[in-house]
Amino acid sequence: MNVVVCVKQIPDPAAPGALDSDNTLTREGKLILDESDSFGVEMALQLVDTAGEGEVTLVSMAPNNEVSGLRTALAMGAAKAVLISDEALAGTDALGTAKVLAKAVERVGDADLVLTSTESTDGYTGTIPTQIGQLLDWPALTFAKHIEVGDGKVTIQRQTEAGYDTVEAPLPAVASVTAGVVEPRYPSFKGIMAAKNKPVDEVTVADLGLDGQVGWSGAHQAITAVEAAPEREAGEKIEDEGDAHENIVSFLDELKVI
Amino acid sequence: MSIGKVWVLAEADGDEVASAALELLTKAREIGDTVEAVYVGSSADAVAGVLGEHGATTVYAVDPGDSLSGAVGAAALEKLIGEHSPDLVMFDQSYDGRDAIAGLSARIDRTVLTNSADIRIDGDQVRATTAIFGGTQIVETAFEGEAPYLAAFRPKSFVAEPSGGAAAAVVAVDGVDAGRAGEAKVLDRHVEEAEGPKLEEAEVVVSGGRGLGEAEHYALVETLAKLLKGAPGASRAIVDAGWVPYSHQVGQTGKTVKPKVYIALGISGATQHLVGMKGADNIIAVNKDAEAPIFSVSDLGIVGDVHKVVPKLIEALEARA
Ligand SMILES: Cc1cc2nc3c(=O)[nH]c(=O)nc-3n(C[C@H](O)[C@H](O)[C@H](O)COP(=O)(O)OP(=O)(O)OC[C@H]3O[C@@H](n4cnc5c(N)ncnc54)[C@H](O)[C@@H]3O)c2cc1C
Ligand SMILES: Cc1cc2nc3c(=O)[nH]c(=O)nc-3n(C[C@H](O)[C@H](O)[C@H](O)COP(=O)(O)OP(=O)(O)OC[C@H]3O[C@@H](n4cnc5c(N)ncnc54)[C@H](O)[C@@H]3O)c2cc1C
Repeated sequence: MNVVVCVKQIPDPAAPGALDSDNTLTREGKLILDESDSFGVEMALQLVDTAGEGEVTLVSMAPNNEVSGLRTALAMGAAKAVLISDEALAGTDALGTAKVLAKAVERVGDADLVLTSTESTDGYTGTIPTQIGQLLDWPALTFAKHIEVGDGKVTIQRQTEAGYDTVEAPLPAVASVTAGVVEPRYPSFKGIMAAKNKPVDEVTVADLGLDGQVGWSGAHQAITAVEAAPEREAGEKIEDEGDAHENIVSFLDELKVI
Repeated sequence: MSIGKVWVLAEADGDEVASAALELLTKAREIGDTVEAVYVGSSADAVAGVLGEHGATTVYAVDPGDSLSGAVGAAALEKLIGEHSPDLVMFDQSYDGRDAIAGLSARIDRTVLTNSADIRIDGDQVRATTAIFGGTQIVETAFEGEAPYLAAFRPKSFVAEPSGGAAAAVVAVDGVDAGRAGEAKVLDRHVEEAEGPKLEEAEVVVSGGRGLGEAEHYALVETLAKLLKGAPGASRAIVDAGWVPYSHQVGQTGKTVKPKVYIALGISGATQHLVGMKGADNIIAVNKDAEAPIFSVSDLGIVGDVHKVVPKLIEALEARA
């Protein structure tokens, strides 16, 4: 069984975010593997392991031929990667990104299952998995907290407000994986060394036949204003000296919630 | 300013309409000349009343059967858009709402604006706002190109208000073929029983964070929430640590809550948490670090140990009950 995992390479989320002069997210400096995608990579490796055959291929769209995040996922055990990097991609919206990723999945060719996270850490539109599914005309099973594959079918536990639903579809299919559902492995030293020589297929927008459909012109949205959000004012702050709970009680009393 | 026809994708919540749909309809009335709903669920006649009361004149109804609601919703919308040409379709940024807007965008080749908090008409432009960087900045984005425009909104972005309209006319939509997207079938549903009010609807929300120390101490949060007839919530740190289910998470990647009172226990107040709760009318925080960012949004901040303050608080409230 062959699994393609879409992995996003993002600016370090611990650093304060900033916008460039064109109002896109500043993506200079080293990018890292979005932690949300480490769960999909781990899930894919486990599924291929269970199947006993096949391999995991990564697909990533990122500026400046960035491979740091890909190398991390290759070191975890993925076999190879496709990297789409092209100046024409600046300003691409979520649908444009999905078009690129869907074409890259077709380029890989023999995927039974495509995994993504439920939403990225930096853009978090949460639309990419279903968009890729629709573009490929594959079913998209979203918010999976558990995945099983067998008999040409994929079965997931889909997170819901009230619990979870068991959802099944014939392969090939797309599934999005929620955070925290598997324990992503740490790359071993051997894995890190091996990752350096694993193939990364670098492609452009033209290679995918998407000229003119992505980037600013394809996005059909324009930022018209960016401003600071109104701040909420802080109120009283008291040091607890053994009776602060009384302040809470009187506060709640005044609000008539008790 | 207004535009012609605004649609709201209304999701079902059991046999009822999900409350987000009523919030969206209320906003749709403000910006649209005609407001209609597309309902994905099995009992449209039962919900036509409440949809009409919130401004929908017509409800196009499609039954998803055992396919995913979002997949069928997207296919139904594609068909209906071809027949009725709405200018704007509004979605809830929920599990099924996300599936629906995403599937539809790929079907009809339209961009999406997601995580929106508001929308307005400016001249001939439709502009949506969204909070970024953990809610510290507000970005306004205009749709370009051809309608219909597709926008998804964070729950609780608008307050649902009835307009007193008559029941919406129900139009059953038949012959929707979701194609391969419809091949994902729900085999069964597992419902984890929860008592008390829903997190998004509770008047009082008591949330716990990593400062509770260990999973067992979440009982403090639950007990306090119960005493205040509220709902228990959580920071992502303790959801990721497996102490409580994801459905409890408040914040950017969890729920947005706007209760009368929000009580944060052992939560630092990361921007991604604040964005989900700083719309509360009143905020109380207990944190042992006097510099914790949660205090910058708190009406009442207690610098103290949750294990000392909360048990005494519980005791005091029990004594009054
Ligand atoms: C704050 C912010 C808000 C934005 N809002 C919008 C908006 O409302 N509408 C819009 O159209 N665009 C928006 N964008 C742009 C959008 O984030 C980009 O187009 C991005 O390339 C794809 O969307 P996402 O990361 O939000 O996808 P999501 O749907 O959140 O991503 C889900 C998963 O898809 C996969 N994936 C996503 N991108 C890639 C990639 N480049 N390479 C490999 N795998 C990937 C990953 O597995 C990821 O975890 C926004 C960007 C920012 C920074
Ligand atoms: C893309 C992204 C999305 C995110 N989405 C969310 C989200 O939706 N919701 C969310 O909550 N977070 C979210 N986060 C995570 C967020 O950044 C924080 O890591 C998280 O909120 C921290 O949780 P916490 O406050 O419980 O833990 P910590 O930050 O570890 O804070 C624990 C606090 O407890 C205090 N404390 C310790 N012991 C005691 C004691 N005995 N008594 C009193 N106080 C004590 C400490 O002083 C500290 O302030 C997101 C992060 C990213 C990058």
